[in-house]
Amino acid sequence: MDVALIQRIAPFILEAALKTMQLAAASLAIGLAAAVALVAARMSRQAIWRGLSAAYVSVIRGTPLLVQLFLVFFGGPQLGLNLTPFQAGAITMGLNIGAYMSVGLHGAIIAVEHGQYEAARSLGFGRLDTMRLFILPQAAPLMLRTLGVNTVILTKGTALASTIGVVELTYSAQRFVTSTYKPFEVFAAAGIAYLIIILAIMLGIRGLESLFGTAERGRV
Amino acid sequence: MLDFSVLPPYADLLATGALWTVLITVLAGALSVVLGVLLALVTLYGPKLISLPLRGIAFLFMGTPLLLQLYLLYYGLAQLGVLLPAFWTGVMGLGVHYAVYNADIFRSAIQSVDEGQMEAARSLGFGRTAALRHFIIPQATLTALPQVGNNSIILLKDTAVLSVLGVAELVLNAQRGISATYRPFEFYFAVAVLYYLLNLAMEWALGRAARKAEAIR
Repeated sequence: MDVALIQRIAPFILEAALKTMQLAAASLAIGLAAAVALVAARMSRQAIWRGLSAAYVSVIRGTPLLVQLFLVFFGGPQLGLNLTPFQAGAITMGLNIGAYMSVGLHGAIIAVEHGQYEAARSLGFGRLDTMRLFILPQAAPLMLRTLGVNTVILTKGTALASTIGVVELTYSAQRFVTSTYKPFEVFAAAGIAYLIIILAIMLGIRGLESLFGTAERGRV
Repeated sequence: MLDFSVLPPYADLLATGALWTVLITVLAGALSVVLGVLLALVTLYGPKLISLPLRGIAFLFMGTPLLLQLYLLYYGLAQLGVLLPAFWTGVMGLGVHYAVYNADIFRSAIQSVDEGQMEAARSLGFGRTAALRHFIIPQATLTALPQVGNNSIILLKDTAVLSVLGVAELVLNAQRGISATYRPFEFYFAVAVLYYLLNLAMEWALGRAARKAEAIR
């Protein structure tokens, strides 16, 4: 175990960890937008939107993220889609995690008692207002947990972006391995950086949960 | 333009890759279940001296990417003088990774078995180990089945990551085809379709098993 090496590469690992967090944040933003759109489509009155939403979620959840990344980054140019590794990574991972999140968000919405919906509608509120004023505020605390779990999964998944050349934590670690021939120390150092990021996300979600009073429902 | 007629000459290569993917899923899945049950038993009934550090180690597995764990296992072990073939490193890495997740499921499943079951078995003269083996674990397995099945489906998709270590499964075999034809979209699309079909088949089989388990309960 070469501790001096870990100390030497620590500043670079930290920098790479920031890149990982940027990638995760960009993917999360895209994923949230995708998830909201998917839930809206799933709850649409038109069967075609419901069908499209279900098909999208099924295909995304039925294929590996790695293959999706390769298809977009290496296959995209054949369709005229030329993206940088970071763009391809953020968009693909966002569209991927959005499908998983939509399932959780939809679950949180239908977990709100149906009588609430009927009561609001019978008082004259429209479908959108009912959703906005009555259902979503009650579903929000339940959504935190699924969002937290998926953010953790997403952040760990960003390591796969190294395979399409995004310079993040895992990619940087590989570069250090080729220059130092010390894979154990370097990958261990990168692992510690991931642990700190994941721990921070979990604590953040726990904090939000206790704010909403849902902490006792379970841990992230 | 896209031209899917490049694929048929490589159908055998892709089919072989899919078979290896299935084999890896079965081996790693079996390891994740067996090791998962053992981990659950140790955390529940083992001495604190072992069960507490195990929880910390479990967090190490849950808090870092699978890809990094595979790199650490493959290249890190080589540095320490342990040379394992990529295939077995991959099976081990995947199996242990999902064993940690399965252990949590088995643990709560075992805890959810009514305490009276253990008391009844003990009062009939069964020892604690025998009671666990014949009464508690079979019941817990039925409870845990749907969630463990879910994890196995996630595992199937994660076998794709082994291509990075050089294991000749579905993705790596497709890459061989790509380097001969320069047609990444067609090949990765075909690969995605194959994974989707494998996924559907697995969901169907696990769904059937879960319904059977529900009927036994």
